[in-house]
Amino acid sequence: MHDMAVEARAVEARAVTKIFGSDDSAEVTALDDVTVSIRENEFFTLLGPSGCGKTTLLRLIAGFDHPTRGEIRLHGEDISHLPPYQRRVNTVFQSYALFPHMTVAENIAFGPEMLGQPRAEVARTVDEMLGLVRMEEFSARRPEQISGGQQQRVALARALAAHPRVLLLDEPLSALDLKLRKEMQIELKRLQHETGITFVFVTHDQEEALTMSDRIAVMNAGRILQIGAPREIYDHPAERFVANFIGESNLLRGELGVVTSATGTVTLSSGVTLSASVPDGAVRAGAGRTSGQTSGQTSSQTLVNVAIRPEHVQLAASPDAGTLSGRVENVVYFGTDTLYHLRLVTGEPFTVRMQNTRDGSPDARIGDTVGVSIRAGVAQVLQD
Amino acid sequence: MSAPPSGPAPAASSSGLDPGRAARLAGEVARRDIRTRWMLSLPAIAIVTAAAAGPLLIVLVYSFLTPGPYGNVEWRFSPDAWINVVLQKDIFDDTWQWADAHLRIFWRSLELSFLTTALTLVLGVPTAWFIATRNERTRVVWLFLITIPFWTNLLIRTIAVMELIRNEGVINSALIGLGLIEQPIQMMFTDFAIALGMTYVYLPLMVLPVYASIEKLDFRLVEAGYDLYASRRKMFLRIILPLVKPGIIAGSILVFIPSLGAYVTPRVLGGGKNLMLGNLIELQFGQGRNWPLGAALAITLMAMVMVALLYYVHVTGRGRRWHG
Ligand SMILES: Nc1ncnc2c1ncn2[C@@H]1O[C@H](COP(=O)(O)OP(=O)(O)O)[C@@H](O)[C@H]1O
Ligand SMILES: [Mg+2]
Repeated sequence: MHDMAVEARAVEARAVTKIFGSDDSAEVTALDDVTVSIRENEFFTLLGPSGCGKTTLLRLIAGFDHPTRGEIRLHGEDISHLPPYQRRVNTVFQSYALFPHMTVAENIAFGPEMLGQPRAEVARTVDEMLGLVRMEEFSARRPEQISGGQQQRVALARALAAHPRVLLLDEPLSALDLKLRKEMQIELKRLQHETGITFVFVTHDQEEALTMSDRIAVMNAGRILQIGAPREIYDHPAERFVANFIGESNLLRGELGVVTSATGTVTLSSGVTLSASVPDGAVRAGAGRTSGQTSGQTSSQTLVNVAIRPEHVQLAASPDAGTLSGRVENVVYFGTDTLYHLRLVTGEPFTVRMQNTRDGSPDARIGDTVGVSIRAGVAQVLQD
Repeated sequence: MSAPPSGPAPAASSSGLDPGRAARLAGEVARRDIRTRWMLSLPAIAIVTAAAAGPLLIVLVYSFLTPGPYGNVEWRFSPDAWINVVLQKDIFDDTWQWADAHLRIFWRSLELSFLTTALTLVLGVPTAWFIATRNERTRVVWLFLITIPFWTNLLIRTIAVMELIRNEGVINSALIGLGLIEQPIQMMFTDFAIALGMTYVYLPLMVLPVYASIEKLDFRLVEAGYDLYASRRKMFLRIILPLVKPGIIAGSILVFIPSLGAYVTPRVLGGGKNLMLGNLIELQFGQGRNWPLGAALAITLMAMVMVALLYYVHVTGRGRRWHG
């Protein structure tokens, strides 16, 4: 059955909407027309703030809930209405949900036993999994007798022991302290690499998402806003929400000029003209929902938001040398770098992040008037 | 233990105390703390002694005395009461024989108590499950309905059962009225009547603790079970039952103990002939005029209850940890 599935995506959600609550007074649209397709062997992350519908999407894939509209496909097969035990998908729960009355080994053995594996094979799987998550010494303990990080590893081993084709992980690291979380991030990447299983990982931590994922889907309010590789999403955020949720961004208003193949000129309110990346659909959105227009042929009176990362720009050598200029309102020292909070002549706030050098004196002081140099291609036009 | 912990040491030296003195001081504080606790629990200890241990002691002493001719006791030591719990002297040849009448009653009491426990389990566990899986508002209503019988006198509830099952009662009248039977079915004054009555009376004692443990059940564990391919049967046996067990055992004990000592229900529904232990004991203090035997039987009953309770403590002592 494997060869058949190679062509298909591991998981697909097609126009999935999930509405909770039947009486219309208390209706919650947890997912709103979500379409996403997750590749085989991919480390795919759902990233978004709390309450944006990440868990709901995961539960639909696992089968604990069923979509109100749309369908969920697993390796090409529509599984929208199959119960959890008919899907080769396993979940690492946010709360771990380890069986408190069973030992670590019994917890791990549960899946293989339910799958009807012979006893010897179950024992072999358990040993293998204990080794994989380095918990051999703790096999006879109960969940309450091991630490949170260890419970987390057992939850992982238990899910993997059932040999899923897709592993769902719902904020598995959120309960761990920072140091342990960093360790587990590396551990998880290693496990995904070793097992070759498709991981669908949920987090609200943008840094975690950036460091671990092959691809990220950024969610907000029940919708997927952007899907892409970490670098793509960071460098080319499509929407204001993405630009702000992942890293920091300076947002400036401007007028979109001529657009040719994903690059365009933007005239900022200060009168300065920049060249900026333009995502598909940005022009349409910027034009105020007038349909029928496509990028390439656009009127020149389109107001847009432009995002510029603080670390992608530099303070210019002299106040007049840069593209923009402003007054320094605050200087924050971070060790590796320094943040300069400026107020531009247009009144807009703007932040510049400069890397610190060993012998360098500060580039500017509070009250100074400074210039900001912006290289071509650094500015990003947003869809809204 | 004698070495002071490293934490408080600097503080002790800065205030001019040597470590040894600091340790002694800490010990003194701990001792005072213990004394305060003792003082605080003194009233409770006094009440328990006066109200529970005292009467129990009297019963124990009475069980070793000689019965008086018109009830009460004579202050002469006699082990007869204890022997008579299980043995009796043949009226003709003075040989010792098993006290069949007593043993039968012991046996019937145990049998009916187990039967009652089993029936309340069969009825109570699904009921508790049903209530615990309703939404919060409905749950309160169901729990309220379950506890209503507690507000009514036990005798009245028992007589209500009698109204249902006696020969001229609701059930028989209805069956005869429908032409299904010609003669009323004899239900009163049978063991069936007693078991039915006790099941009805003690059912809430099963439902409530079972409900409490089902309500505490983390339903994410059930999801985890389904996620790991458990069938409904396996889910119940491997996950739900072990986690709900403390509630089931608590309910069973709560039903079993009063069933074993039941007095009103067998008296009303069992008539004179189907005695249970409670009735046997009462008989010794009334018509039987054998207070020492009554006392010995009462203590025997208590010992049986103790065994059940110890079993409960043993099992839940392990179970409680799971619920943290
Ligand atoms: N069973 C449910 N009943 C009603 N509303 C729900 C239910 N589950 C989730 N929701 C709502 O759906 C939205 C998305 O929830 P969730 O998927 O848990 O978000 P996330 O995991 O991203 O924090 C929230 O507004 C939440 O309150
Ligand atoms: Mg969640």
